[in-house]
Amino acid sequence: MRDVAIIGVGMIPWGELWEKPLRTIWAEAAVAALEDAGVDTVDLITVGCMSPGLFVGQEHLASMVADQIGMAGVPAARVESACASGGLALRNGFAEVASGLADLVLVTGVEKMTDVDGADATFALGTAADQEYEGFHGITFPGLYAMMARVHMARHGTTVRQMAAVAAKNHANGLLNPNAQYHLKVTVDDVLASTMVADPLHLLDCSPITDGAAALVLAPVDRARDLAGGRPVVKITGSGMATDSIALADREDLGRLRAVQLAAERAYAMAGRKPSDIHVAEVHDCFSIAEIMVTEELGFFPPGEGGPAAENGLTALGGRIPVNPSGGLKSKGHPVGATGVAQVAEIVTQLRGEAGQRQVQGASIGLAQNMGGSGGSSIVHILEVAS
Amino acid sequence: MISPARSWREAPQRYRLEAAKCTGCGRVCYPPRVVCPSCRGRDFEHVVLPREGNVVTHTVVRVPPQGFVEQSPLTIALVQLKDGTRLMVQMADVADPETVHAGMPVRLEFRRINSDGEAGVIYYGHKAVPA
Repeated sequence: MRDVAIIGVGMIPWGELWEKPLRTIWAEAAVAALEDAGVDTVDLITVGCMSPGLFVGQEHLASMVADQIGMAGVPAARVESACASGGLALRNGFAEVASGLADLVLVTGVEKMTDVDGADATFALGTAADQEYEGFHGITFPGLYAMMARVHMARHGTTVRQMAAVAAKNHANGLLNPNAQYHLKVTVDDVLASTMVADPLHLLDCSPITDGAAALVLAPVDRARDLAGGRPVVKITGSGMATDSIALADREDLGRLRAVQLAAERAYAMAGRKPSDIHVAEVHDCFSIAEIMVTEELGFFPPGEGGPAAENGLTALGGRIPVNPSGGLKSKGHPVGATGVAQVAEIVTQLRGEAGQRQVQGASIGLAQNMGGSGGSSIVHILEVAS
Repeated sequence: MISPARSWREAPQRYRLEAAKCTGCGRVCYPPRVVCPSCRGRDFEHVVLPREGNVVTHTVVRVPPQGFVEQSPLTIALVQLKDGTRLMVQMADVADPETVHAGMPVRLEFRRINSDGEAGVIYYGHKAVPA
């Protein structure tokens, strides 16, 4: 396998982008990444997008967007693993460059979620759960995570204040990210005073509905060194993916996210790294309890210590292991297919030392964890500054 | 909208709690599967799920999905039946959702789940009631 670097990063401001169609937000992120990389052609485009069919009524997406940037003719493929579609787009691009099948790959993620109303968006997202045996009975995504939260609380003593601390921390980080959807100071008490969505999760424990896109350009490391122009070269040293039953009823342990643990194990093994080597992480905080569970599965904290760690500032900027310096899904927004790509864009920005006010000082090894649905899939990447 | 074909196809599971038990390892699959997730066996015998069980975990969905607005808030539980099979169901006949808790004994009862509008197909299935 060849060493693979990320030579370009493209992010745009996320939010309710009513004035722009999917094709435009995708193209803006793609062009930003190509410009950042200093290249004007690629061998392949991958597109992570969960459900363009349900959100905007468009399938055959990859060909359509390739044409939008004058690249009709270039191979392009949309990949889907629910909310982990972006991470999967990166993993597929990584495999193409590592194998030598392609040299330059444009990895993208996009979701346009506000062209449908809240009920239709909830339905589209709900298709990531088992529709026949979960959705049929009226369960929602907040509901599924709420059920896991209760198990975690009963087993470890995790509290609603600890969960709220995750949301407060990520909103504090989002205040420092100009691309974030929400620039709001949110306190633990604000979270606990917000509407109950699915007991014990409040509205402010939940990530929002967002329009957004993000992009990366991959290249073999040798090519990356030529194009770096004095900036640090960031390599992908580990890539792991795992699946799990998508129905909670089929899982052995509802207090664990086994797909995350397995994906992390595989990524750490490929990179030759361990949890304590990681300087900065972007993780899938679709709900506050998810960040707590994920930081445990990634090995940053022992089981049951994720909640106290968040409450005690260990995952804040300046803490032992800063988690979600971008603001996370909670504050930056969660355009489902774009999230996994944007997480990696943030890690590259951090490792390049270009994250401005939210910079994690001295970070040279980072990790991004993306999750599909209620944990039915997860993808973990480890990135390092090349020596 | 659930198609007539789907309603018909799912009736054995929805109406009668029919499942498949792996003859190799004894794992019960609800709904039936082609391959046993525990031992990858492919031989199954037909079984009907027991109706008694206990709540494993639950939530109260206060922002309901499409089609469930009039039933909101929905108390939904993951229930483990006496044979170890787990399934997700709504709770019914619970006056105060705060009384639902892990370990609570419940029984599955045949109930109306939902319908396609005023004049459409009515979906039946099972809900859990306090035992």
